[in-house]
Amino acid sequence: MSILRISDLSLRIGPVDILRDVNLSMNHGQIVAITGESGSGKSMTALSVMGLLPRGAVAEGQIMLDGVDILQTPEPDLCRMRGNAMGMVFQEPMTALNPVQTIGAQVAETILIHEDVTRAAAHARAAEMLERVGLKVAPSRYPHELSGGQRQRVVIAMAIALRPKLLIADEPTTALDVTTQARILDLLQELVREFDMGMLLITHDLAVVADVADQIVVMQKGRVVEAGPTQDLLANMQHPYTRALFEASSHQVQLPARSQTALLLMVDQVARDYPLPRKGLLGPRPNFRALHDISFQIGHGERVGLVGESGCGKSTLTRAILGLEDVQAGQIRLDDAPVFAGKRPNLAVRRKMQVVFQDPYSSFNPRHRVERLITEPFHLLDDPPIGLARDAAITKALQDVGLSRSDAGKYIHEFSGGQRQRIAIARALIIEPELIIFDEAVSALDVSVRAQVLDLIADLCRKRPLAYLFISHDLSVVRTVTDRVMVMQAGRIVEQGATEDVFTDPQHPYTQTLIAAVPQLPELSHATDPV
Amino acid sequence: MIRYALGRLTSLIISLFVASLVIFAVIEVIPGDPAAFMLGVNARPDTIAALRAEMGLDQSLVTRYFDWVTGLLRGDFGQSWTYKTPVAELIADRIWVSLPLASYALILSTLIAFPAGIYAASRRGGPGDITIMGATQLGVAIPNFWFAMILVLIFAINLRWFSAGGFPGWSDPLLAIKSLTLPAIALALPQAAILARVMRSSLLDMLGEDFIRTARAKGLSRRQALWRHAVRNALIPVLTIIGLQFSFLLAGGIIIEQVFFLPGLGRLIFQSISARDLIVVESVVMLLVFTVIIVNFAVDLAYAVVDPRLRAKT
Repeated sequence: MSILRISDLSLRIGPVDILRDVNLSMNHGQIVAITGESGSGKSMTALSVMGLLPRGAVAEGQIMLDGVDILQTPEPDLCRMRGNAMGMVFQEPMTALNPVQTIGAQVAETILIHEDVTRAAAHARAAEMLERVGLKVAPSRYPHELSGGQRQRVVIAMAIALRPKLLIADEPTTALDVTTQARILDLLQELVREFDMGMLLITHDLAVVADVADQIVVMQKGRVVEAGPTQDLLANMQHPYTRALFEASSHQVQLPARSQTALLLMVDQVARDYPLPRKGLLGPRPNFRALHDISFQIGHGERVGLVGESGCGKSTLTRAILGLEDVQAGQIRLDDAPVFAGKRPNLAVRRKMQVVFQDPYSSFNPRHRVERLITEPFHLLDDPPIGLARDAAITKALQDVGLSRSDAGKYIHEFSGGQRQRIAIARALIIEPELIIFDEAVSALDVSVRAQVLDLIADLCRKRPLAYLFISHDLSVVRTVTDRVMVMQAGRIVEQGATEDVFTDPQHPYTQTLIAAVPQLPELSHATDPV
Repeated sequence: MIRYALGRLTSLIISLFVASLVIFAVIEVIPGDPAAFMLGVNARPDTIAALRAEMGLDQSLVTRYFDWVTGLLRGDFGQSWTYKTPVAELIADRIWVSLPLASYALILSTLIAFPAGIYAASRRGGPGDITIMGATQLGVAIPNFWFAMILVLIFAINLRWFSAGGFPGWSDPLLAIKSLTLPAIALALPQAAILARVMRSSLLDMLGEDFIRTARAKGLSRRQALWRHAVRNALIPVLTIIGLQFSFLLAGGIIIEQVFFLPGLGRLIFQSISARDLIVVESVVMLLVFTVIIVNFAVDLAYAVVDPRLRAKT
């Protein structure tokens, strides 16, 4: 008997159709994955099942959970079901917990509000649950003392404390590092088997879906376009959107061969320390060494990748290269000039470097027009172009990234995520820098948009010799857009070499763990030429 | 936690020292020789010089600063030039009006603001929220002395429930509290309006946080999530405002003290400035600064009680 059955679910918020005729069913002990790009309605489907729709949302159809229609259940009864019959795990472990309560108290709360037990008994069961999810810290700790992976375990303990029949996991590993992601996915699969729950897994990551799901539901613009058992669906994709999605996830680009070999950036035995709080009132401030003995070079026209997990020092290294902060040992030189001059970046060098950040929205001032946004780097020039020359530069930069001159007068909110990232790249290109740093530049984008941006980068490389440092936690992307890759762990570069060599034959144990943890997309040779 | 408290205590002591320097320096640069002022325009220069010597004004700045600070530490605030009584006595009389008045007003303001802010936030956009927000808008806009006069008109002159002013002393505590009630309300309402708005917006911020959604997914109702998870997190900005308000209520009650003829610190400082009684001004200002710094210290400690993240930091 199915534990969850969604029939003809439609959802409107005001005049906007969010979901149309969504159907789905799930049995005990099964993992059903809903996948699709942003705006496909996958999270709204999950929230409908929880009965946690935003105000003003009107739902029609049926959501039967263990014989109860969620859409017909009044709020007080829904409160009794949430956390009890169904639990939910969210994307952002960093903010999903209340910062002023201990983790034990937060898990115990789930038990206390649903069952008539003493506080002590609830806390004891909470401690057991925290142990069950593999958390090795005391329940008296606060969320800010835990890492992202640990916090996600707390959220999971909270969701399964009462052994619900259904667990909904909305992008549970998207904010986590690959090795942590692998461990959390293992844990979730284990719990599904042990508790005989059904799990609704919402994720945009098709490799994760292929890895763990028994059934796949592909959604696009609020509709289910294709659904079926994982093996069947992967072997025989019917809908063009499903095929496009899988192709985009494993998108490969063709980089042109490098033309030049001259040295561009030299990082030589760099160390970077951060002061920690004093131990005593007047004692010396101890230092935390974020970068240890970092040495590497980037040649003109060379495409280099930098991978590593959060906290390994990627961002610190970026700031040091950009000359935003001084380093405590070693030197960083671009075209043989130091990047840091006295107390601030060396402008003569800075104009040869530009950076593209992860979040294409928050890295722009929303009150300025695109024209002004992309000409910001002009302040680095002694003699910035004015009048017609400036117009020409704007037009060229926008055309280079596949936008048009008419976009110059618009504001950033008028563009989609992918277009915003194109604008960020246009801003980086406008002063024709020698080196671009892509800092997680495609991480926030949907797979199809990400594929387009990667194509754009490859295309730019063909137009002119472009050297870049591509920083990402996404190993498959780094693999396709770089010539050489560096692997960073705890402030050190543990391995560097030609990208293909490192990926096919990793030498350092950490690199091996990292590559092994990446979920693999199955081979899709037959998907590209449908019968 | 102890390290955090010690850290705050160090900055408290430094603040007090810097404040004493600044107050002393400011009083020094105010134009007008107190001796000349006290003796009138027709005084002979040698009389003025004699008075200056008697008042210690002929000594060096450093000696005078040193004498003043060591005096403060011993509880000796010096002798008022106009009242001819020890400043400590003058202050002691008046602080028993100002301190209870400020505390009374703060308690009233908190008692009004917390429920109003929480109610408005929990019914965001509803008629209750709109009414409360409208009322706070008015509360912020109306000057408290005007509001005080309206209170006197209604409750003292028409209804005759309270006296229109004056303070009978603490020999009968009930009567004393009664006579402070109208001034406390006049002081509290505008503060309550500000505090309610801060409480509401801080709570609304918190209600949009992910951990509220987590709490709802656990099975808490909207109300439970608000009370158990949002309120404590919303307290940090509210505590900041409460700290600032107490300082304002203590020193800023001057107009209200005038309206209600209350012998408080505000009046004392006002009269002392008019009379160039600098030693009183200096001491009262220092006392107010001291109270403000102590209150801020208490607020800092309260932050750490509310938010475990602050306890770890120095």
